[in-house]
Amino acid sequence: MVTTTVAGVGRNVLRIVGEMGRMMVFLISTVAWMVRPPFRVMQVLKQIHFIGVKSLFVIVLTGAFTGMVLGLQGYYSLRKFGAEGWLGSAVALSIIRELGPVLSALMVTGRAGSAMTAEIGIMRITEQIDALDTMAVNPMQYLIAPKVLASVLVMPMLCSIFDIVGIYGGYMVGVNLLGVGSGAYISSMESSVEWKDVYGGFLKALSFGVIISWVCTYKGYNTTMSAEGLGTATTEAVVLSSVLILIWDYFITSVLM
Amino acid sequence: MPLGQDLVATEAAGAVKGTEAATPVIRLVGVEKALGGQPVLKGVNLEIPRGKVTTVIGKSGGGKSVLLKHMIGLLRPDRGQVLVDGTDITRLSAHDLNEVRKKFAMLFQGAALFDSLTVLENVAFPLREKTKLKAAEVDHKVLEMLEAVGLTGMGHKFPAELSGGMRKRAGLARALVMGPEIILFDEPTTGLDPLLARTIHDLILETQRRFGFTAVMVSHEIPEIFGISDYVAMLLDGVIAEMAPPEQFQRTRHPGVREFINVGTRPEVVSSGAGRETRGL
Repeated sequence: MVTTTVAGVGRNVLRIVGEMGRMMVFLISTVAWMVRPPFRVMQVLKQIHFIGVKSLFVIVLTGAFTGMVLGLQGYYSLRKFGAEGWLGSAVALSIIRELGPVLSALMVTGRAGSAMTAEIGIMRITEQIDALDTMAVNPMQYLIAPKVLASVLVMPMLCSIFDIVGIYGGYMVGVNLLGVGSGAYISSMESSVEWKDVYGGFLKALSFGVIISWVCTYKGYNTTMSAEGLGTATTEAVVLSSVLILIWDYFITSVLM
Repeated sequence: MPLGQDLVATEAAGAVKGTEAATPVIRLVGVEKALGGQPVLKGVNLEIPRGKVTTVIGKSGGGKSVLLKHMIGLLRPDRGQVLVDGTDITRLSAHDLNEVRKKFAMLFQGAALFDSLTVLENVAFPLREKTKLKAAEVDHKVLEMLEAVGLTGMGHKFPAELSGGMRKRAGLARALVMGPEIILFDEPTTGLDPLLARTIHDLILETQRRFGFTAVMVSHEIPEIFGISDYVAMLLDGVIAEMAPPEQFQRTRHPGVREFINVGTRPEVVSSGAGRETRGL
């Protein structure tokens, strides 16, 4: 009984360590192919359009409502201490440091990450990836590297859009709806937000871009050859990306603070 | 000689002569492969003659596609050698393997066309990736290939808009466009009706005779393949049980091979309105 349990735990540990190793090799291989010619500019632009432009709507929507709810919550909390004037500061710091990078990354995971896994997984199942290999075109370079590069490039941009829309959402609720002074909102924000908050947020967004594209392409690339396998791969990609984003967020925040 | 450079000039390439024709272009020596702990290939020895059509038959799930994927380096054997023109591709780096792969093309079971590209873009893909031809030259070659496989005017369609037979034709055009020395066909007629299957077989034979490439085909289509193959090999229980020209192959004394090919050729009694008649399948 004890032996069986220990053996089971050992097998799982080995499986997890093996998977982590394969994921790391996949990432290193992607980076290696990214810096080797031919450079696939058109592929990268297509992916920027797919991951970035097509995610704009959901980023703006979630950014606006996140800012608005922060404005609402922040106002009633700060009023207890007579500090409504600091609403701009509370909203901006929350969004720029944490909510902007994290929520935009989670949105991109749901919208573009799952699609990446499904696309690459279908290409694997229908032997399109093998077809690339037979034509002496490296799939890592043609398919994976442009997605990872595009994600790294667009995530800080999407995060900055989320930040701006979120801060404006908080302004709408705080100033236009609840009566906080416009000058107080802006000046409190200006006095408390530092440059390191902004680039810290961008650094987070950039690293989340790596996590999303890495996990989602890996899961698609290594999907099993069935519809069920593809479904599982897509679910795993979204769950693992989201969890890794939150875990990595903690570590990077502890370094940046 | 590259097919894509001059179609007319290469039509004579079918006549492979002299010692070159006698040497096998692909040799598998003691190839063993297990998938998911299950042995699939158990020491395959096989020689593919240059410039001929060789068909590998065998039971479903018997490892025929696995065998084909070893020939182009999509799978590496657990043991044994895969020699292409004398080079053991199992020991090559990714870069060197890609160089060897330039001799190959492969027509996959489902054609494996890129579904985000049109037929024209699919056929042009290897030319755009691997040559420095100008756009007009690429277009010219692609249209020529589409005409050769009977897909004139279909270039603007996406794979999802094509029938199964058309997709196979487009896949064949993409396989032919770079002028490969060797084309691997993975069950090229699976899922097609008998008439369409015959059309695809005829097309493969016609293009092979015209361009002279070495064809290796995996198929279940018995007795159809006896009419189009120069050699037939049977993969049975993980090894090549028999390989011979079709006439000789059909006279084999190997019990497992006889059983397999006789299932495909056994006369079957079918009832008709006027009575009963006997047909070969």
